[in-house]
Amino acid sequence: MTLIKTKIGRRAFIKNTSLASGGLVLGFNIFNACKPEKAEEMATVEMPKEWFEINAYLKIGDNGLVTIYTPNPEFGQNIRTSMPMLIAEELDVDWKNVIVAQAPYHPEKYGFQFTGGSQGIRRRWEPLRMAGATAREMLREAAAQSWQVALEEITAKGGLLQHEASKQSAGYGEMASIASQLPIPEEVKLKEVKDFTIIGESRKNVDAKGIVTGQSMFGSDYQKEGMLIAMIEHPPAFGMTLESVDGTAAKAMPGIKDVVRIKSFKDGFEKGGFDTNAFPELVAIVGNSTWEVMQAKKQLKVEWKPITAYTETINGFRGKETINIPAGFESTDWHMAKIEELAAKEGKLVRKDGNPEAAFKKATKIIERSYSAPYLAHNSMEPLNAFAHVVGNKVKIAAPIQIPSLIVPTIAASLGIPAENIEMEIPRMGGGFGRKAYAHYVVEAALISQKVQAPVKLIYTREDDMTNGIYRPTYHATYRAALDENNNLTALHVKAGGIPESPLFADRFPAGAIANYMAEEWAVDSNITIGAFRAPRSNFMAGAEQAFLDELAETMGKDPIEFRLELLKQAKEDPVGERNDYDAERYAGVLELLREKAVWGTKKANVHRGVSAYFCHNSYAAHVLDMTMENGTPVVQNVCCAIDCGIVVNPDAAKNMAEGAIIDGIGNALYGELTFKDGVPQKKNFDQYQMIRMADAPKGIDVHFVQNEIAPTGMGEPPFPPIFGALANALYNATGKRHYEQPFAVERRIVG
Amino acid sequence: MATFKLNINGETKEVDVDPNTPMLWVLRDHLNLVGTKYGCGIAQCGSCAIHLGGIAVRACVLTVSAVGNQEITTIEGLSENADHPVQKAWLEVDVPQCGYCQPGQIMTAAALLDNNPNPSDSEIEMAMNGNICRCGTYTRIKKAVQLAAESTNS
Repeated sequence: MTLIKTKIGRRAFIKNTSLASGGLVLGFNIFNACKPEKAEEMATVEMPKEWFEINAYLKIGDNGLVTIYTPNPEFGQNIRTSMPMLIAEELDVDWKNVIVAQAPYHPEKYGFQFTGGSQGIRRRWEPLRMAGATAREMLREAAAQSWQVALEEITAKGGLLQHEASKQSAGYGEMASIASQLPIPEEVKLKEVKDFTIIGESRKNVDAKGIVTGQSMFGSDYQKEGMLIAMIEHPPAFGMTLESVDGTAAKAMPGIKDVVRIKSFKDGFEKGGFDTNAFPELVAIVGNSTWEVMQAKKQLKVEWKPITAYTETINGFRGKETINIPAGFESTDWHMAKIEELAAKEGKLVRKDGNPEAAFKKATKIIERSYSAPYLAHNSMEPLNAFAHVVGNKVKIAAPIQIPSLIVPTIAASLGIPAENIEMEIPRMGGGFGRKAYAHYVVEAALISQKVQAPVKLIYTREDDMTNGIYRPTYHATYRAALDENNNLTALHVKAGGIPESPLFADRFPAGAIANYMAEEWAVDSNITIGAFRAPRSNFMAGAEQAFLDELAETMGKDPIEFRLELLKQAKEDPVGERNDYDAERYAGVLELLREKAVWGTKKANVHRGVSAYFCHNSYAAHVLDMTMENGTPVVQNVCCAIDCGIVVNPDAAKNMAEGAIIDGIGNALYGELTFKDGVPQKKNFDQYQMIRMADAPKGIDVHFVQNEIAPTGMGEPPFPPIFGALANALYNATGKRHYEQPFAVERRIVG
Repeated sequence: MATFKLNINGETKEVDVDPNTPMLWVLRDHLNLVGTKYGCGIAQCGSCAIHLGGIAVRACVLTVSAVGNQEITTIEGLSENADHPVQKAWLEVDVPQCGYCQPGQIMTAAALLDNNPNPSDSEIEMAMNGNICRCGTYTRIKKAVQLAAESTNS
């Protein structure tokens, strides 16, 4: 057992008396507008007459039913199942007696309610188990007091408290009332991994029934009495801002209430890292129904004007940073010219080991290859939307949003309302992929509600969503390798850059494995906004690096997995440099598992294989992609995937995420691309922006996890970046041609 | 504005809307049937698939005035209690990630199996290719369609 002090998140143990009052308290639905999510399902289980709140994360009914409040926003990674599993494990309750409810935004009780960076389970691993374990201890204490026996003689298992010597037993529900009155224990014991009965056993998605029956659960599903629908009109091009609006014709359209101007930031407001917004000044149109607003929006007469260049300070996770936003209308041709120009110049040196210059000078052979990738739009299936209701100096929000806490200061400042007056529900997101971390749309909804004095649901059209910015940046990387006369690798040089940020991770593999190593970076200022996109930067670097290593292995006459393992052996036994950010042994472990599971080394007729591995978000993932050529078209037959993300809480759900990452990656590698002409995004909807569909998905995917007892690390992002490399390498083996420029499908068309 | 009597999920519903209003918004805004989703508005993604006279159609481009007295089924009306073979298969395979596109996927799959109870893999791919899943659950969707077909045929 692990004994830990219950100091983390003490505020979570402050009881919420309004919720502890018993009866059928189903959730935190502050608007009482939607049906409780689980109402239908709950009708089939017997509801308790009274609930007893043990802490902010759970309450126990007098019949033993347990409601677990899951703290983080859900966007498809299935944490609404896996986080409650952590609590239920330590509470030691039968999973079928658990009801899951979404906690509202409440940082004092629930800590950092953040979905991103594959950090959810990793950061909640100990605190959530502690919430379950303290509750179990309080139930044991209640039994000990009731039966007048020693605490250590009470066992708690599967929702049952027992005292063997006196043959007494009671369900958790019977002791919940007493337990809820007890002080929080100072210390609790957490289970050993070998004693887990819920963690590590697949549990089905608690929301699946609601999803397959079309229940209201997403932000965009919100309805409230008197609610108006709002849409925004943003500038048609990056580099433009609002000049004036004439809403007369639009306002005359049926069902339209108002046309208003909004300004998302108060003058002098210091932006946080997620306040990215290319279009802070907007026109909003408000009316009775979505269709009417959509039609009237076409009648808006808006004058736009070019922006002037400016500099701003962003106070984000990395501290204060100054960024330059140039004026002008950017086009993809200009981006490509700038990339070519900067990639040819010396970059900013980020890391240097040994003497790479000398090694390159002495080299018998130098291999140099360049890789590039375009801007990508996130294209979550649920376009951006937000519900807001501002009444006086109170605000109610319900919006699909990845980081509620980080938009609160902006909402407060923009509305001129204290942050503590903002209540927020956390509905399910219809996808996010990083985009819904940038919640400008929530600020907009709140400002519109304040102006029109009504509850408002802001809906972005697909076109609004795709053209609003906050894209995955466009990137470029050049890799150079020096080989000596014996074909040994003597130096590696990577120079990476992008618009407007560099994708470089100077301390990642193969740094640490090569005596002479150099990493440089560069960036170009731009007024096209960018943001986190599933595994930021890694989603480009992995593909470039892993394709280069593949080509290098081929040149050196080595098996690509063996070559990587040799480098990792070097990095493990005699690492170069001290800042290497990966664990070479775990990295090698995932490749070894992959080699076994994919039966690497066997040749199947007409099957072309590509391998790739990567470390990011504290986890290791590797793939072997099998491709066949069908009538000259590459078809992905199977992807074999190995992952080391430590303990896997919910294996089937984790597999689902890996499958999704693989398909998402193949789709973006083949088709993903957003281009610009004079600042105007050239794709606005799915008729222009090609997304992967079922026919292009792999016919099969098998996912394998390294078994260990390491506390969980990232899962949602790590399997995504390496698939780009596996696809590129398989394409080479299938077609005999290396692919350096994403999207590969377009590149193929161009080269015929 | 005009009044329309619609036959939705076995019930008659009356709405007073612009005749050009797509059924998607009639369902979502006027009838509070929000299971049918908005994804693109141009019949490219399939999130809004419903059944019109038993055929899968895109509610985002189907105007209310074109419906007449044809029967409409939405995800909410596919079964009484999530027990349509396609829904059961979806639960068994645990298909969804974010879940937003899944009602449209399910409605498309249900219509496919109504017309072709035993589809081949390529027939499934062809029928489902109009439905985008951004989370990438395609391998599970295909498995669930196969499972639903097997369970209906056995």
